[in-house]
Amino acid sequence: MATVSMTVNGRAVSAEVDSRTLLVQLLREHLRLTGTHVGCDTSQCGACVVHVDGLAAKSCTLLALQCDGANVVTIEGLANGAKLHPMQEAFREHHGLQCGFCTPGMIMQAIDIANRHGIPDETTIRHELEGNICRCTGYHNIVKAIGAGAQAMAGLKQAAE
Amino acid sequence: MNPTGIGAAVRRKEDHRFITGAGQYTDDINRLGQAYAYFLRSPHAHATIKGIDLREAKNVKGVLGIYTGDDLAADKVGGLICGWMIHSKDGSPMKAGPHPALAQGKVRYVGDHVAVVIAETLTIARDAAEKIKVDYQVLPAVVDTASAQSSKVLVHDVAPRNTIYEWELGDRKATDAAFAHAKHVTKLDIVNNRLVPNAMEPRAAVGDYDSGQDAFTLWTTSQNPHVARLVLSAFIGIAPEHKLRVIAPDVGGGFGSKIFVYAEETVCVWAAKKVKRPVKWVADRTEAFLSDAHGRDHVTHAELAMDERGKILGLRVKTIANLGAYMSTFSSSVPTYLYATLLSGQYDIPAIHASVDTVYTNTAPVDAYRGAGRPEATYVVERLVECAAREMGIDPADFRKRNFVKKFPHQTPVIMMYDAGDYRASLEKAMEVADVKGFGKRKREAARRGMLRGMGYSTYIEACGIAPSAAVGSLGAGVGLWESAEVRVNPVGTVEILTGSHSHGQGHETTFAQLVSERLGIPIDNVSIVHGDTDKVQFGMGTYGSRSGAVGMSAIVKALDKIEAKARKVASHLLEAAEADIEFKNGEFRVKGTDKKIDFTSVALGAYTAHKIPTSEMEPGLKEGAFYDPTNFTFPAGCHICEVEIDPETGVTRVVGYTAVDDFGVIVNPMIVEGQVHGGIAQGIGQALTEGTVYNADGQLVTASYMDYAMPRADNLPFFQLGFTETRCPSNPLGIKGCGEAGAIAAPAAVMNAITDALGTEAVPMPAAPLAVWKAARASAGTRQAAE
Repeated sequence: MATVSMTVNGRAVSAEVDSRTLLVQLLREHLRLTGTHVGCDTSQCGACVVHVDGLAAKSCTLLALQCDGANVVTIEGLANGAKLHPMQEAFREHHGLQCGFCTPGMIMQAIDIANRHGIPDETTIRHELEGNICRCTGYHNIVKAIGAGAQAMAGLKQAAE
Repeated sequence: MNPTGIGAAVRRKEDHRFITGAGQYTDDINRLGQAYAYFLRSPHAHATIKGIDLREAKNVKGVLGIYTGDDLAADKVGGLICGWMIHSKDGSPMKAGPHPALAQGKVRYVGDHVAVVIAETLTIARDAAEKIKVDYQVLPAVVDTASAQSSKVLVHDVAPRNTIYEWELGDRKATDAAFAHAKHVTKLDIVNNRLVPNAMEPRAAVGDYDSGQDAFTLWTTSQNPHVARLVLSAFIGIAPEHKLRVIAPDVGGGFGSKIFVYAEETVCVWAAKKVKRPVKWVADRTEAFLSDAHGRDHVTHAELAMDERGKILGLRVKTIANLGAYMSTFSSSVPTYLYATLLSGQYDIPAIHASVDTVYTNTAPVDAYRGAGRPEATYVVERLVECAAREMGIDPADFRKRNFVKKFPHQTPVIMMYDAGDYRASLEKAMEVADVKGFGKRKREAARRGMLRGMGYSTYIEACGIAPSAAVGSLGAGVGLWESAEVRVNPVGTVEILTGSHSHGQGHETTFAQLVSERLGIPIDNVSIVHGDTDKVQFGMGTYGSRSGAVGMSAIVKALDKIEAKARKVASHLLEAAEADIEFKNGEFRVKGTDKKIDFTSVALGAYTAHKIPTSEMEPGLKEGAFYDPTNFTFPAGCHICEVEIDPETGVTRVVGYTAVDDFGVIVNPMIVEGQVHGGIAQGIGQALTEGTVYNADGQLVTASYMDYAMPRADNLPFFQLGFTETRCPSNPLGIKGCGEAGAIAAPAAVMNAITDALGTEAVPMPAAPLAVWKAARASAGTRQAAE
């Protein structure tokens, strides 16, 4: 067993874990943050995407111990109180989800795409979703939602500047 | 129009919890003292188990129990069942082999369940499972569908030639006569590739036993928790129904694969009593590939007979369908009554004969997957029709128009009575949206870039709204296929709808609430939908076969009728007027011709205070239930047009255009319906282009991860162009036909018709992955040159 400490959704956390514990297990089982999902165990489907130090990462493929000292944000940490993150809002507005299982990973990946590309075009969005699988939507509305969410994020950023 | 009523694109009520990570899926359920199950699975496709040595494994610290098929047998736990009886054409019943939840003496596919280890943690359970010594005598395996009947390997002793049944439908003599008079016959050999459903949430179960109540609770990833309870109680014998509660909380996609009752949930709920602890199991993705029921897997020879003008005279189909190593819950119905009954397509075909043999092989069980039988039928009919048109030199759209059913109701030669439709309207609208007129120009432009461009149609029909109980009963179903609903109006006028339907992505919490908002004139936020718990909802048949709109919502309509009737009585007393003078509109009860009125909320309160209603004549309260049994199947239909570009140098196929014009009858929420169509199309394009399930000759599943099984991803797909036509469904009160499966049913034929059009050869298999397409492009290069 080893002690791991990190910041999760702005809160300092610390846990005693078996050294083979994955980040996703720490989040789901120790911290009971069950919004992050496991869909494939092989880094293919992206249901487990969270942000580690500001970048999208697949939490099923990181050991918790690798994230010692890191700043981790999960789907539960996006909204500001009752105010949703613009990307969450965009997924609802554009019907970018059906069963909801891939959705947390999709939204975390989408924010990362917007952070890196500003307002991405359709080709860029589809390419960037290579590591996120959805079986319900045919990606049609997810691609639209990400475009709209990125636009809204850019608008907020501009307003802030 | 009510902004939250029928026809409005209301944003989904369920989304908030999913976009904030607050959904509650089965793996999110954690019980105090929970232990973890790990299933030891067979590494062999076919083997006799000569012995299992558990001693070393049982000594691992933290192991709570290890069980095998012997323990289930000792506790008289029954085997898994197939709930639909099919008789062979000679009258004999289907030959179903035993299907124990844990193997008894033999394993029959890679992934078959040998033992379960229950331990304090999953890692301990896994580690202990590695110490179980199983003495296998490995046997040769039979894998291939087409040759299963001639194999020397026998999967089940009860089924000689590995044949479960030899079934037929239609009139053989009439069909033979039609072919004798034909001027042209088109023949095709067709393989419908095996698919793995791959809902993104893997199957999972948490079993719990309450010794104080002597009662079990099972949380499980089910599309139909009441059916699961019925099977686990009445057939498997876990506990009587009143001592078993089944909860299907948020379920992350189903597509058919979560209809069935599987070994894992059976064992988890049973074992909870053995170890006196809650027991959780969650499939990893490879376990899902190995043990979820697969879909499709047909090998077919089909022939279509035409007169000199291209009028279809007859259709003859011979299919072998692979059901895998065991018969899953509804497996027998899929290649029979969900398949051959749709072989008339949208066409007026005077004579049809279909024969279907189902076979056992040493592969995972095969059962319903999105569309279930209807995609296979559509693929046969639409490939044949396109091919016949090409052979006869008739434009494929014209060929279809010549043969469409034009008058309704229309009795096909294969049971179905089509009640309403306008197939020409959806074809013509699709041709307009897809700009068929401009295709020649686009093809020439593509050719200048060295690309082969092709276009294909699929004018599909499906039977949904499953199904009239007496009809399916006469065809062998072990259950009735009605639906139930209960409407509970609270004293403050808010409403709870308890439904036997189950939402696992379909958005029932929104669409069902829209119906109530429309009907009672109350805000949609005052309505909540309760489903997925056998302790809350009395009974229900669940969600599959695009039935929840047509059947589930019809049950709600029936219950709302009763609510309205009673509320009128209450209102008449509150308004001191004759009941006949009360009219109900926009949430208000009004005395005709006066300004005396009272709103729905006040009537609800009046029903519960019961101060002003004569309780000697009527009961207080406002709660009604209904069961609705459909009068017919519903028949969604439409036209999908696919355009592809193929690079002949690499074999890479790109879907560059996809148009779908569907007739789903009345649409409750167009945003949600479009989403259903998008998802279905993606699965259909997946079947056509990327998804192939490969077992090697030894029965090892080669495609058991997302590294090997190519799920369609965002960059495999374009934006889809959708349109709708509407003929109201006359068979249910809302006029709904259903939309959940259309995309998956129509798309494979549209894509393959486009690819074969581009290449100028019919010989392209699904999935049309680059290697297969590259080979076909090379083989057909001469034909294309000659055509130019």
